[in-house]
Amino acid sequence: MPAGAVEEIPMITIEKMNKFYSDFHALKDIDLAVEEGQRIVLCGPSGSGKSTLIRCLNGLETFESGTVTVVGIKMTRSSQAVRKARQQVGMVFQSFNLFPHLSVLNNLLIAPRLTGARNMAETREYAMHLLERVRIADQAGKYPSELSGGQQQRVAIARALCMRPKVMLFDEPTSALDPEMIKEVLDVMIDLGRDGMTMIAVTHEMGFAKTIADKVVFMDAGRIVETAAPDVFFSNPQTERAQRFLHTILH
Amino acid sequence: MQAFLNNFANVDTFVSVLPLLLSGLLVTVSLALVALPLSLLSGLLVALLFAVKNRVLTAVLFVLIDLCRSIPVLVLLMIIFYALPFLGLMMPPFVAVVLTLVINNTGYFGEIFRAGLASVPKHQQEAGLALGISRPRVLLFIVVPQAIRNVAAPLASNALELAKATSIASLVTMPELLRVAQVAQANVYNPTPLVAAAALYFIVLWPFSRLVARYELKTIKARY
Ligand SMILES: Nc1ncnc2c1ncn2[C@@H]1O[C@H](COP(=O)(O)OP(=O)(O)OP(=O)(O)O)[C@@H](O)[C@H]1O
Ligand SMILES: [Mg+2]
Repeated sequence: MPAGAVEEIPMITIEKMNKFYSDFHALKDIDLAVEEGQRIVLCGPSGSGKSTLIRCLNGLETFESGTVTVVGIKMTRSSQAVRKARQQVGMVFQSFNLFPHLSVLNNLLIAPRLTGARNMAETREYAMHLLERVRIADQAGKYPSELSGGQQQRVAIARALCMRPKVMLFDEPTSALDPEMIKEVLDVMIDLGRDGMTMIAVTHEMGFAKTIADKVVFMDAGRIVETAAPDVFFSNPQTERAQRFLHTILH
Repeated sequence: MQAFLNNFANVDTFVSVLPLLLSGLLVTVSLALVALPLSLLSGLLVALLFAVKNRVLTAVLFVLIDLCRSIPVLVLLMIIFYALPFLGLMMPPFVAVVLTLVINNTGYFGEIFRAGLASVPKHQQEAGLALGISRPRVLLFIVVPQAIRNVAAPLASNALELAKATSIASLVTMPELLRVAQVAQANVYNPTPLVAAAALYFIVLWPFSRLVARYELKTIKARY
């Protein structure tokens, strides 16, 4: 964690967590703590369990043993608790997953509306402010299918932010995008990180990691194999598996 | 040709039976307007019950649906209107016809909605859940609207089938369009009333099918 941090409030605590898909041991003894304001980049080869791990953080996947605490809420099978946690944890998917039957603005408003936001007028204003922030306010009335991939992903980020989450999870947010659209999405994420948002991003975008990440967590075969500051990780990886992985993404 | 017109499109007959036909049309329309929403609702309910994925429930639903669908609608009406009274269950013809149509169409609409629900990618549900929306609300406000949109065409064509099937009401002597046309024909000794009834069915249902086609075209753009 950064030196000089006044107070460290754990946003996410994972202890001895194990996850199985029937016989397959997908996550093995995961330990991870994320403090408020920390920005974590999660990387590793395909199938190493990155998606599974972040999906366990908002209850899209369940796990068999260990504990996961997210913004003070222990993730159990209680749907009430899981829902409370989800309302404070935003998630952005590789495939955007905007709601195609709703306009951009209504994509942002539907969750506040259905989770009992008290002041919809104010929420609406906030939604417009967020669209402004991801530089897409002029498209508020359009439908997702009328937007480019990069625009859709920025709307998806704004949609998650509209619930005023304390943590943001990103699962390969740019890997479905054409190269020329990657930057506009990364810029929004960097802006968010600079603003103090706690975030965990699964991404292989090294530039992003170097610009904003406090630490890089490297996974392989369901385990966290190495954790390091980005410059250290990319220039001088300690484990052989990380070295091999970096070799493949650099070539 | 003249003889043909005199028989099949006799103007004098047409004018004289028109008020009767219109009163019949009114009954037909009210049957459809009551039976259609109820059938849609019960069909959707069945599809949602399938989504619960309980094995026993699914088996029961399959049996019920297959049963309802394999009984001819006329036979169903006869049973409901003429056989149930023997069990002490008597109902006015209007209710009997609506009940028959709903039972008969629940299976069809149920299957259509089921295909519609299956056509919505799993990702959509996950996106809703990840925002902290409860599962029933995700289903109702995110999945169902998309499901309906994806199967709008089969829904509409089944709705047209239902509207036409209201003519079974003539069998329980309800004065709906077909029944009044038959009565009128017996009085005037020419088929003009029947032709006029067919024309009325067409006039009422055609704009509806056009509307559906237009709606389809508009929403087909809003795809994933
Ligand atoms: N629903 C599932 N059922 C069974 N196995 C699964 C399921 N989801 C994932 N897995 C397996 O779990 C392992 C981890 O998958 P996961 O999607 O978390 O990997 P990942 O690191 O995100 O990979 P990628 O970079 O390809 O997205 C893989 O071996 C995968 O095959
Ligand atoms: Mg993945």
